[in-house]
Amino acid sequence: MTATVPATPSRLRRLAARLTGRALVLFVRLITAARAEWEGVGPVPHQRVYFANHVSNGDMPVIWSVLPPAIRRRTRPVAAADYWLKTRMRAFIGPEVFRCVLVDRRAEHRTEDPMTAILRALDEGASLILFPEGNRNMTADPLLPFRAGLYNIARDRPEVELVPTWIANLNAILPKGEVIPLPLICTVTFGAPVALRPGEDRAAFLARAAGELAALAPSPERLADAGEAAG
Amino acid sequence: MSPSANDVLTLAAAVVLVLSVLTLAGELLRARVTDDRAHPMIETYLTRVQSWWAMVALLGLAVLIGKSGVVALFAIASFAALREMVTYTTKTRADHLSLALAFFVVLPLQYAFVGFGMQSLFGTFIPVYAFLLLPVVSALRGAPGGFLVRVSETQWALMTAVFCLSHVPALMTLDIPGYAGRGVFLIVFFIICVQGGDLIEHGFGRRLGRVQVAPGISPKTREGIAAGIAGAALIGAALAWATPFGVAGAMAMAATASAVGMAGSLVFSAIKRDRGVKDWSHLIPGQGGFMDQLDSAIFAAPVFFHLTGQIWAV
Repeated sequence: MTATVPATPSRLRRLAARLTGRALVLFVRLITAARAEWEGVGPVPHQRVYFANHVSNGDMPVIWSVLPPAIRRRTRPVAAADYWLKTRMRAFIGPEVFRCVLVDRRAEHRTEDPMTAILRALDEGASLILFPEGNRNMTADPLLPFRAGLYNIARDRPEVELVPTWIANLNAILPKGEVIPLPLICTVTFGAPVALRPGEDRAAFLARAAGELAALAPSPERLADAGEAAG
Repeated sequence: MSPSANDVLTLAAAVVLVLSVLTLAGELLRARVTDDRAHPMIETYLTRVQSWWAMVALLGLAVLIGKSGVVALFAIASFAALREMVTYTTKTRADHLSLALAFFVVLPLQYAFVGFGMQSLFGTFIPVYAFLLLPVVSALRGAPGGFLVRVSETQWALMTAVFCLSHVPALMTLDIPGYAGRGVFLIVFFIICVQGGDLIEHGFGRRLGRVQVAPGISPKTREGIAAGIAGAALIGAALAWATPFGVAGAMAMAATASAVGMAGSLVFSAIKRDRGVKDWSHLIPGQGGFMDQLDSAIFAAPVFFHLTGQIWAV
């Protein structure tokens, strides 16, 4: 890690962060015409964890952009410290523009358990954007197996709504290794919240949550995926 | 000879008058009808009329800017339509570069050829050069799976959303004796006739129509289509003074454009049904996508362009 984040950013930095955030929202809207479909929940300021599929670096900015401004202001993405602290530019965009909750995926570098940081952010009243697969999904499967974090949140903070959030089409807009984003239409579908059932163990809960998330994929994309699998 | 300010004002006043009558009629219907079943149709009709107000405002602004404004307006419409189509076409990562070229090179170049009046390139660039070269770009990535389907669907999207649609601003480049500088009237005539026919088809056919022409694809009826084409012909006659066609010619051109436009709308309905979507997108509030608005103009534009060119231009 080469960059650090100032503990109390100056007013100028905060203003720059806000303006950069606006510009990013505009850019995402121009490229993807991103649109939210509130299927299972409404866009209300309830405390939530939006857990989403992860196929592209564009996932998090897209979800963040389609949230209504009032909700976006109190929603923080959970993101990898090793990625967002690599350069000074990223250290500005990740922690200051998106106000990421930074967690370290590499156990040997950790100074703090990721769950501690996540629960602290929830206790401060923030909603979160979480990618429970941990890494970008490069496989033909709709989802990778979920990490344990989502289960821990469901167990430790049962009052927080866990909202499955499916991002369609981003893997075609900016696949890994490509530089120019294709201007395709992207939709973000928010499903009905998933809560831990009495007596449900970790594996069963994570499998059910993944199933609820995958079920939100719109059918045209399933068609396109079938074509891609055939190819 | 440039279009006289008088003619422009007459046409603008006529358009505003017609839209005002349509809006008023819709609002009166909405106030009168209490039957729940009839309401969605009136709401659809009114949102359509509203989007026409927006289209008229945009086209009016583009005309004020001049030829470059009209070309830019249709380039933006093509971009939005292509984006909606490619969202639903078959593609893999191997097509990423060829699709990026389609959006960011082929589309701007096609409209540049229109803007600079390069007739030969305008007619051959997409059907010949893009057609032959984009599959090569995809092939160089070395992933043959579904190749013919992928390149065919990409080309189909370019042909419709870009090539066909670019024939609308290209109407300004036709060299018609005694009609120089008035090409923008042809565009307005074309749009009013095609959209007017669609509106009459929608309004009459869905309610009074009996025989569906393509059940399972579209609710269009034989009676509605006939009414729409006849209505377009009457609109054409009323606007004949703005064209080089004469009254009979204007009626025939309007009817032809409307008929081909409805055929286009039917074809795009088939694509939407196949891909399992009702609308191409939600970018136009209450309306669906750009492609839903443009589908009839896309089919009608090349036919209208070439008929005009062959019969009236030098």
